[in-house]
Amino acid sequence: MNKVLMQGNKVIGEAAIRAGCRFYAGYPITPQNELPEYMAENLRKVAGGVFIQSESEIAAIHMVAGASAAGARSMTSSSSPGISLKQEGISSLAACELPAVIVNMMRGGPGLGNICPSQGDYFQATRGGGHGDYRTIVFGPATAQELADLTMDAFDLADEYRTPVMILADGMMGQMMEPVVFKAAKPRIYPESYVMKGAGTGKSKIIRGLILDPLDMEEHNWTLDRKYQVISGKETRHEQYKTEDAELILVAYGTGARIAKGAIKRLRETGLRIGLFRPITLWPFPTNELRDLAKKIENFLVFEMSTGQMVEDVRLALQGRARIGFHGRPGGVVPTPVELANVVLRKYDRKEGLTDYY
Amino acid sequence: MLVKTILCGFGGQGVLMMGYTLAHGAMNAGYHVTYLPSYGAEVRGGTANCTVAVSDDEIASPIASAPDHIVALNTPSLYTFQNRVAPGGALFLNSSIIAVEPSRRDVRVFKIPSSEMAEKLGNPRTANTVMMGAFLKITGLVPPDIYLRGMETVMGSKKKSVIEINRRAFAAGYEFLEKAE
Repeated sequence: MNKVLMQGNKVIGEAAIRAGCRFYAGYPITPQNELPEYMAENLRKVAGGVFIQSESEIAAIHMVAGASAAGARSMTSSSSPGISLKQEGISSLAACELPAVIVNMMRGGPGLGNICPSQGDYFQATRGGGHGDYRTIVFGPATAQELADLTMDAFDLADEYRTPVMILADGMMGQMMEPVVFKAAKPRIYPESYVMKGAGTGKSKIIRGLILDPLDMEEHNWTLDRKYQVISGKETRHEQYKTEDAELILVAYGTGARIAKGAIKRLRETGLRIGLFRPITLWPFPTNELRDLAKKIENFLVFEMSTGQMVEDVRLALQGRARIGFHGRPGGVVPTPVELANVVLRKYDRKEGLTDYY
Repeated sequence: MLVKTILCGFGGQGVLMMGYTLAHGAMNAGYHVTYLPSYGAEVRGGTANCTVAVSDDEIASPIASAPDHIVALNTPSLYTFQNRVAPGGALFLNSSIIAVEPSRRDVRVFKIPSSEMAEKLGNPRTANTVMMGAFLKITGLVPPDIYLRGMETVMGSKKKSVIEINRRAFAAGYEFLEKAE
């Protein structure tokens, strides 16, 4: 298919429909409104497509759970404060092992915050977000092309593992237009046995998250945990950029990684050997891949548009094997590559100062 | 090469359309491109702006803290953005509306009475396309034929006559600065 120029929010909508998403429910919030707008316009054009503007975010996520239980590829989207509201439902999806895709176009927080791009929801997304022992697969796309590709992959993984998958981007990714080529969607493969389409003459099916017997609940927790272990082992994704000869590695994701790449290009021109490690899956975090880099590189600098959240995963991955610094711009500020280059330059010059922040 | 342009004016002047068609043209010309609109709490009659980045390499940030060019369709936009443009950059001003002189002396200034020109062509709403003609004449960012083809794709759903008058508006802007130089 040809290259098209599309806004990030709409790219997700188009990719979802191509991937076979036939149910979308959501409640408006900037900066992701173009996504429900796109679904409202285009889901009705495909057979079986259903769009609902729900009365609230909480209603939307539970509608998604219902549609998923009935066998539809389902999606909801929101931005930070709205995603907080959806956590109860995401926890239920995880407990009931129902596939779904949830999109978070992060904005400044906490509270209602503002509508500018931010990366402050990393903890919420990667630690489960809602209550109970569970994890969600989390993608951190950095280009419109990745929004398209990862949205399709999100539906496939959600089905494969029967688990909610989150796309964690930010207001800038949602609003920006970039050229995109949509890949062909894979045919849907999933075990239809759990789907609620009427028992007929067979046994009744029950999908539930309420398991009152603690021993049964414990067993369910370990079952889920074994699934998360499999995901951790198989599904990590990351990108390395100019790490072969690097003396310092920037670690950043999403919009932050774009800025980091721009800074690295500038610094490389002046002869500084700097590389980028960009996690594409934020959970499972590419722990082993990052740790391998620490065998030959001693200095890491984490950059986030937050006060420091992913930096904890970097510390867990490196386990004291390298120096780890941090630079953050929370609250909806998107720094320029020049600013980040200046920060890196200062740290690069006095490497032992890398841990100054903590 | 990395060229960033901020396009700005009143909401309703076709500012975002200018950026969209420019980005479309640059994509068709084979460049990497990003288009970032201002979004959120805007009011009717307020200002609108968007940033278009064009490069032969991956684009790190779609935001321009020091843009190479500014295309301003009204005076408040000129005030907002003139101090951001990089030294040696260029300002393209709709001189039908902008009566003030820009404060910068280290940039090139091109004045195009685009609202009047558009009116003379028969559709005042094509002032934005007049500006794009002048802009591409000077910057050479996208070849005119590729830009126009992109514009037709973007405006595909509109009437033939709308596309035709935009073609003429583009040509008028393109020729205007040729005469001026």
